[in-house]
Amino acid sequence: MRNKLRLTVQLLFTIVTNGYLYGFLNGKIYRGSLKYVCVPGLNCYSCPGAVAACPIGALQALLNQRGFHVPFAALGFFFVFGSLLGRFVCGWLCPFGLVQDLLYKIPLFKKRKRLPGHRVLKYGKYAVLALLVGAGSMFLFGGFAKVPAFCKYLCPSGTLLGALPLLGTNEALRSQAGGLFLWKLGILLAIVLLSVKVFRPFCQYLCPLGAVYGWFNRFSLVQIHWEKGACTGCGACERACPAALSRREISRSPECIRCGKCVEACPERCLRFTGKAGENPTQSPSF
Amino acid sequence: MNFWRNNSRFAWAGGLLAGVLFLGIGAAQGQLSVIWKKAVMICLECIGLG
Repeated sequence: MRNKLRLTVQLLFTIVTNGYLYGFLNGKIYRGSLKYVCVPGLNCYSCPGAVAACPIGALQALLNQRGFHVPFAALGFFFVFGSLLGRFVCGWLCPFGLVQDLLYKIPLFKKRKRLPGHRVLKYGKYAVLALLVGAGSMFLFGGFAKVPAFCKYLCPSGTLLGALPLLGTNEALRSQAGGLFLWKLGILLAIVLLSVKVFRPFCQYLCPLGAVYGWFNRFSLVQIHWEKGACTGCGACERACPAALSRREISRSPECIRCGKCVEACPERCLRFTGKAGENPTQSPSF
Repeated sequence: MNFWRNNSRFAWAGGLLAGVLFLGIGAAQGQLSVIWKKAVMICLECIGLG
């Protein structure tokens, strides 16, 4: 039931925030005032349907300015969304998360929750945030201008939601596609294929936005509360968790996307979504 | 660390206030316009052409 609710929310949010149909039909993008603000999830602002800005794109745009300016506006969006929702954004509101969820439902291959080497690989998203989004956007130049390094060299959301629809309908852009586009298309295909086998590989290992929101998970308003007294320690929540988190890690771990599968799986109903931060006990029963 | 542990019930509100403050400072510095200008042009780098 909750998974259907989540899928519905994901679909509705993706449609609403990418609802500029004229752009899809004519190979153009929305140019209205809604683009002063960012959506919470990874949503390329060059997607023909996008009605608001991408927070990681916005951060890079500010870091790409001449000289160094603290990117207050982007930090503001991160703090507002992160303090309220944490990685609930990833689980419920991110279009590229939805794409990976749908791919993971395809009944091909034996499914894996994690890649081998997860303990090390999970830090990849922090490296992407620091090296590509941060340092890359401040110090990499294309000619005399700084480049948004994450968007340019890695972001598969931009390729899927921005490049493919635009190139499909805009002849002038299609004629410019070259080696860089093939590189990004290769990354997208690799992530698409991997997503059929592994749960949300981009979110778990590469997404800089997940790295940002993960930091807020510990104290965000939305949490998954655990009623310790009612817990029988059956482990159903751990088995249901698509990210293979232990009970101790659910909700507060930077890896938890608050998808709610643990809440649904608990036979004793001792896990529930709550809007009261700080309720979660730090001790967990021995399973 | 203890600060966050003891005050985690209200830390989200502090984060939210900080976010609103940052947005205000960013808006005052014209950063929302920088974001808008970037977002309303097709970003060639983002789509692998730039």
